[in-house]
Amino acid sequence: MTHDPSRRDFLRAAAGLTVVLAVRPAEATPATMQDAIRAVVGTAPVTKGRVKLELPPLSENGNAVPLTVSLESAMTAAEHVRAIHVFTEKNPQPEVVSFRLGPRAGRARVSTRIRLADTQTVIAIGELSDGSFWSAEAAVVVTLAACLEET
Amino acid sequence: MRGLAAVLGALALAGSAFAAEIPRAERRSGYDLMSPETRAMQDDDTANPGMLSVLEGGALWSRKAGAAGRSCADCHGDARASMKGVAARHPAFDAARGRPVSVEQRINACRVERQQAPALASESRELLALSAYVARQSRGLPIEIATDARTQPFLDAGRALWERRQGQLNLACRNCHDDNWGRRLAGSVIPQAHPTGYPLYRLEWQTLGSLQRRLRNCLVGMRAEPYEYGDPALVDLELYLMRRAGGMLMDAPAVRP
Amino acid sequence: MAETLISVPPRARRGESVEIKTLVSHAMETGYRRSQLGERIPRDIIRLFVCTYNGTEVFRAELHPAIAANPFITFSTVATESGTLAFHWTGDNGFSVRETAEIRVD
Repeated sequence: MTHDPSRRDFLRAAAGLTVVLAVRPAEATPATMQDAIRAVVGTAPVTKGRVKLELPPLSENGNAVPLTVSLESAMTAAEHVRAIHVFTEKNPQPEVVSFRLGPRAGRARVSTRIRLADTQTVIAIGELSDGSFWSAEAAVVVTLAACLEET
Repeated sequence: MRGLAAVLGALALAGSAFAAEIPRAERRSGYDLMSPETRAMQDDDTANPGMLSVLEGGALWSRKAGAAGRSCADCHGDARASMKGVAARHPAFDAARGRPVSVEQRINACRVERQQAPALASESRELLALSAYVARQSRGLPIEIATDARTQPFLDAGRALWERRQGQLNLACRNCHDDNWGRRLAGSVIPQAHPTGYPLYRLEWQTLGSLQRRLRNCLVGMRAEPYEYGDPALVDLELYLMRRAGGMLMDAPAVRP
Repeated sequence: MAETLISVPPRARRGESVEIKTLVSHAMETGYRRSQLGERIPRDIIRLFVCTYNGTEVFRAELHPAIAANPFITFSTVATESGTLAFHWTGDNGFSVRETAEIRVD
């Protein structure tokens, strides 16, 4: 039988190549953000309104951008905000955080600081106890300092 | 107009000892240049991430250390009293060393000589926590550096560094921070560069850091060789910067972008 | 840094909604950064924050890498009775930090 070392070596090397390619991270796009939102809301419609999303229009550094989300709600057992979800358009992954609330909250208002990889739009989705979903969005311009230390 | 006047003024007064310093009434903190959101982060002690370091420093202050088994508190008592105003007066002349020393150097001198413990590494978590705790005790107090015949040579050395062009861009610190403060560089407003809030939480670092770290950042940004941590040149520069900021109120731990 | 910094009003009126502010020390390594040699630095973040009030869960947050380092989270809870608010942060590599705060309700 003829021995074909070059072909065998090529196939072995080719098998190794697939491992390297899979590691490359994908950037989020508006499409992957919509997929992430679908994963949370399912087939229910998302209506713009009721949610107030507070973000600075311009941030001096994308490492820590203050964010506050609130909804007007009596927060009773019968009618309250169940959850607040935040997504971004252009970060490496679209999910930012999910807050779980309920009647014990008293107020539907949460704050945190988020990372924004670039100038982009942020979306907050409020999930109510009646199963409805509401949304608000805000655009943030992200700038950087003039002099940076190398990481 | 102000820029042109400043350039002409600097040229006319080149070589004069204190002419280039910003007059007291015109000194402004980088705090004023920040967005309201970032200022709010600094102002709220329950939201300021630098306060995590201050709290840790408070715990370290009471912890016994070294062969002598002493804590800072054993000699210095309540830091709120004993450390009040200390950071606002440093770098200060140390007779034993024959030169001005920074708060960090003073902390390490105590560690080695009084506690008989190893010195804390530059930019280490513990050294930052202790210097943040000490600096916090000067919050709201005016910076005042004592100058006399002993400190003058080091002040002059610091000012010489400030005014010396260096690096691939051939820039001196004063070219931006004396001659062009208030103007924009790559979208950011150039501050006057007063160290009122150190050690501070820089959003870029995502952690607390010292003035020496920030100075090294600047030098790297200028494409100049950064001095090593602990280099006396950095302390000379700190001495000059603090003297140049005289009268301004300390606000450590500050938050900056 | 100290591990946590909690702000809870020490006293509240029964039925009043109070704001709780929490800060926890954690680098929140995203998993998207690369070292100088080009190697990916693995993700190491806080994934979950839970607050209980006298044993009953009143708030929870599920965190992703886009939450900034040293996570700051504020939320509200109704002051129902005097007692203990317990906070628990958990995350990658077995990270687990607990803290408590007392609240007095009149």
